[in-house]
Amino acid sequence: MNIFAAVGRVVLALLAETGRLAVFAWVGVSHLLRPPFYWRQIGQQMLRIGYFSLPVVALTAFFTGGVLALQIYYGGDQFNSETIVATIVALGITRELGPVLGGLMVAGRASAAIAAELGTMRVTEQIDALSTLSTNPHKYLVVPRLMAAILTLPLLVFIGDVIGIFGGFIVGTQTLDFNAGVYVKNTYDFLEYDDITSGLIKAAVFGFIIALMGCFHGFNSKGGAQGVGRATTNAVVTASIFILAANYVMTSLLFSS
Amino acid sequence: MEEAKLKLTDVHKRFGSKVVLNGINLTVPKGKSVVVIGGSGTGKSVMLKSVLGIVKPDSGSIEVDGEDVMRLPANRKEEVLKKFGMLFQGGALFDSLPVWENVGFGLIQGQNMRRKEAKEIAIDTLAKVGMGAEVGELYPAELSGGMQKRVGLARAIATAPEIIFFDEPTTGLDPIMADVINDLIIERVQDLGATTLSITHDMASARKIADYIAMIYKGEIIWYGKKEDVDHSGNEYVDQFIHGRAEGPIQMEILKP
Ligand SMILES: Nc1ncnc2c1ncn2[C@@H]1O[C@H](COP(=O)(O)OP(=O)(O)OP(=O)(O)O)[C@@H](O)[C@H]1O
Ligand SMILES: [Mg+2]
Repeated sequence: MNIFAAVGRVVLALLAETGRLAVFAWVGVSHLLRPPFYWRQIGQQMLRIGYFSLPVVALTAFFTGGVLALQIYYGGDQFNSETIVATIVALGITRELGPVLGGLMVAGRASAAIAAELGTMRVTEQIDALSTLSTNPHKYLVVPRLMAAILTLPLLVFIGDVIGIFGGFIVGTQTLDFNAGVYVKNTYDFLEYDDITSGLIKAAVFGFIIALMGCFHGFNSKGGAQGVGRATTNAVVTASIFILAANYVMTSLLFSS
Repeated sequence: MEEAKLKLTDVHKRFGSKVVLNGINLTVPKGKSVVVIGGSGTGKSVMLKSVLGIVKPDSGSIEVDGEDVMRLPANRKEEVLKKFGMLFQGGALFDSLPVWENVGFGLIQGQNMRRKEAKEIAIDTLAKVGMGAEVGELYPAELSGGMQKRVGLARAIATAPEIIFFDEPTTGLDPIMADVINDLIIERVQDLGATTLSITHDMASARKIADYIAMIYKGEIIWYGKKEDVDHSGNEYVDQFIHGRAEGPIQMEILKP
């Protein structure tokens, strides 16, 4: 067997898949702002993607804030730690860890759920049935999920930010014996508006990635239960990788100026 | 010659190297019922899906009221597809929605009817296929196979489409219910002037509902005629099929011991 042919085949398949994803994303986005809007579906998805992810995001943020405080304290210079811990926890959570870890946790939950649901609908011909009932499947299935994820992820991450900082505060005041008032004051003084908004912008982009990957792999699944399982795994893996890559790109763009 | 509602000319479709439709020619006259018979895996379902745009044919033309749907722009095509109703072979019911909403789906989403009004029509339509209002509140997973078939049928006719496709409407039903469904299909054609194209293996049903019968074999229509002529077609493939003989020109692709 020719090794070049094999490599070539893999590269071609990858390019074809990327092309399909780009077209799928474009169709989804182009329907995003055109009526009709399925409000009932959008509400339902906001509940499923956003509200039901709250416990996961909250717990992740809480423990991350706590462990961050411990590491900064033990790893850094103990001198002036009261200021350093509070500010680094606040910046780390709002700029990076809140959106990224929150995004990854929701990717695990929501991308998988979306891919499994749409994948099952695909293999049982429910998606085909939609188009015979004068309903565009992209509009009815993809748009509500995209919209719900783009809207709820920033909200989730904002709540996660607050809880993460609170986690740092608990560890700081209970374990490290910092003064509560000083900790809060330091957080306030150093945290800037842009730190929070940059994290929320990231969250919206991650929301788009999460819903897109779930929908794309669900829509393209084939071959029964096994195919749906594969779609689910692929959705989570690709969503996670795209989130990390997009995060790097956005950090370099948002913080370069 | 009667006016053609639907006309397929030389339609080809292959999946990979497997040729499924090998030049289908079929005319469905307006207000008539055409039944397609043929062995398993000969491309009957693929033929219906080609017309509905679910499967994209490789070549040929598909005319609905004289318009070639394969060459229409997307928005015009959507309009033409609103004329169709389809009963899927596997039901393809939306498992996240209760039965009444499945039946009323085309009214609510496709025609923007109010939910309350659509529910009344859905309940009426369910009654026509022999199901009480209480079934409307159940979910598809809570129904037997035959009940799911009848709900699929109700969904296909609820919007009173001009052309209805029935993919094996009586398979999996007891003989009495099968005959009720036959009567229902006849009523659609006679009272509402709908045009129907049905697929069946059930010769009793074919004899009852058909005006014309067509036989498909290896992706081609090999016989087409009035239903009265099916018993003396002079075509040995048709004879073998309607008498259900294992011996004959049609060789089943199975390994004999
Ligand atoms: N999406 C697809 N991808 C690949 N092959 C397909 C696809 N859909 C159908 N086929 C193939 O096309 C052939 C015809 O399928 P089709 O479903 O039309 O059969 P059928 O005539 O409806 O049979 P049955 O009476 O058993 O329902 C089969 O061999 C099937 O394997
Ligand atoms: Mg079939």
